[in-house]
Amino acid sequence: MNNLIILPILIPLITGVVLIFFTKNIMAQRWISAISALLTIVVSFMLANHVYRNGIQTMDLSNWEAPYGITLVSDMLSALLVLTTSIIAFAALFYSFKSIGEARERFFYYPVVNFLIVGVNGAFTTGDIFNLFVFFEVMLMSSYVLIVLGGTKIQLRESIKYILVNVISSALFVIAVAYLYSVVGTLNMAHISVRLSEIGSAGIITVIAVLFLIVFGLKGAIFPLYFWLPGSYYAPPAPVMALFGALLTKVGVYSITRTYTLFFYHDVGYTHQLLQILAVMTIIAGVIGALAYTDIKKIIIYNIIVAVGVILFGVSVLTPESLTGSVFYLIHDMNIKATLFLLIGIIIVITGTSDLEKISGLINRYPALGWTFFIATAALAGIPPLSGFAGKLMIVRSGFETENYIGAFVVLMSSLLVLFSVMRIFIRGFWGTPRAYKNEEKAPVKWLLVAPAILTAFAVLYGFGTEAIYPVISTAAETLANPEIYINAVLKE
Amino acid sequence: MEILMSFLIGILFMTATYLMLSKSLLRIIIGTGLLSHGAHLLLLTMGGLKRGAAPLLGEHASSYADPLPQALILTAIVISFGVTAFFLVVAYRAYQELGTDNMDRLRGKEGHE
Repeated sequence: MNNLIILPILIPLITGVVLIFFTKNIMAQRWISAISALLTIVVSFMLANHVYRNGIQTMDLSNWEAPYGITLVSDMLSALLVLTTSIIAFAALFYSFKSIGEARERFFYYPVVNFLIVGVNGAFTTGDIFNLFVFFEVMLMSSYVLIVLGGTKIQLRESIKYILVNVISSALFVIAVAYLYSVVGTLNMAHISVRLSEIGSAGIITVIAVLFLIVFGLKGAIFPLYFWLPGSYYAPPAPVMALFGALLTKVGVYSITRTYTLFFYHDVGYTHQLLQILAVMTIIAGVIGALAYTDIKKIIIYNIIVAVGVILFGVSVLTPESLTGSVFYLIHDMNIKATLFLLIGIIIVITGTSDLEKISGLINRYPALGWTFFIATAALAGIPPLSGFAGKLMIVRSGFETENYIGAFVVLMSSLLVLFSVMRIFIRGFWGTPRAYKNEEKAPVKWLLVAPAILTAFAVLYGFGTEAIYPVISTAAETLANPEIYINAVLKE
Repeated sequence: MEILMSFLIGILFMTATYLMLSKSLLRIIIGTGLLSHGAHLLLLTMGGLKRGAAPLLGEHASSYADPLPQALILTAIVISFGVTAFFLVVAYRAYQELGTDNMDRLRGKEGHE
């Protein structure tokens, strides 16, 4: 029992409610949300530290003991993800102060961002499958508002499709929970795992596993189900894109990781084989998209899909090393996607377009922007000392060790092509003859660059500090590899 | 009873699918409403339909009704109610802004205003 667990959910929730009363006063909104975001970082850091020292922490809401009430569980993986979420949320908020525009700020932008963080942190923390659905809905409702806020034509058009896809996948989620409940008769995730291992590998469990894969795959954008993502993520402004790209798909990936390591590890031959095939296809589809477009936003959006594939390939291999690699890569990717979207936001502010054909020679006027972008892209592709390298190395190595040659090879090739796709942005957009742009004089580039620069510094430190962070990450992967640790912590047997 | 419910749920899903495949935005929204109704009834049915006393009040009853599926669909209904309301508002706003509720004409070129 530890009340620290609920604070990263509670602080943004209360902030969001309080902020609704300050819609007229924009300065107050900024200050309150900045302070609460900082507070959330501090609390989640304390939580991660506590979990690392004392093992998995659980909290039974209203003291209803584990299988009966709703339990919040913070193992190393969820504590780390909550910490990363808090940092990214702060960076995106800080970036929004100068870039989101007063119209949006008046119409509940900050409260909604806070509610989004409630949903994301809650989904990472909860230990109850139906509560996961509820937090998903909190997160999705906020994302609907964020995607449509501003009401331009493209936003309205894309948000209708986005809402429709997610409503259908929510209905599927309810259906999947219903089937699972009728088989195991419980909703607590640890208890589900116990009951499922008593049943063993029945056909119905495989069906449920695939149904969950479809539900979370729609949110996490795996191969055939990513069709909605490029259009929807294209519409909103840069800080919202950063929040979406860094957090929303990763919640889907986290849920797949959680359910496929905690529940469905009995009939690995079918479910994990399927997951692996889909992961590899996801990487290929993402790479094709990233190479096909000359629009900066589109290139990075397709890179989200590539990363989802890489992480899930690591999960599907299901060795302790590959899981460690996946956790490494998951946290790296959340950080670096937020960075890149924020940097792209700056480019759009300067040039007024995201089309590479119309941009060139930015590095002459904006060397700091150029070099930050360069480091971020190198980290994205996993150039050795930077942050993407360690995770990918572990995933590829365990892929070869378990003789999944095709998958490991695709992951390897994908890093090369990802590097090519983002270097194209650098070469075309930053080199070449400088041009004059309309909004150049007014753009507050120095202010906007602070948040992505800090995140890039994190990426560099994360890469150089791999050795130091390794014990923390491997603790997280150990829980994934041995579900007993999780079950014992929750049910206290 | 379960058989009857299965047929009902099946009909709801079928109608929902038909409506969601149509062109008009309003029909699609009605379709999503029916889809979530079907999902909620499925949740209730999968929890087991049985006659029994209320779980806390009937202390000496021989069998109890399972309260959990009812609690779950209560939550799910509230959520789908909120989402549907929001969806209707967005659809109306989109109709005002884009001048059409035909999904074919909402397609547009990607990234094009």
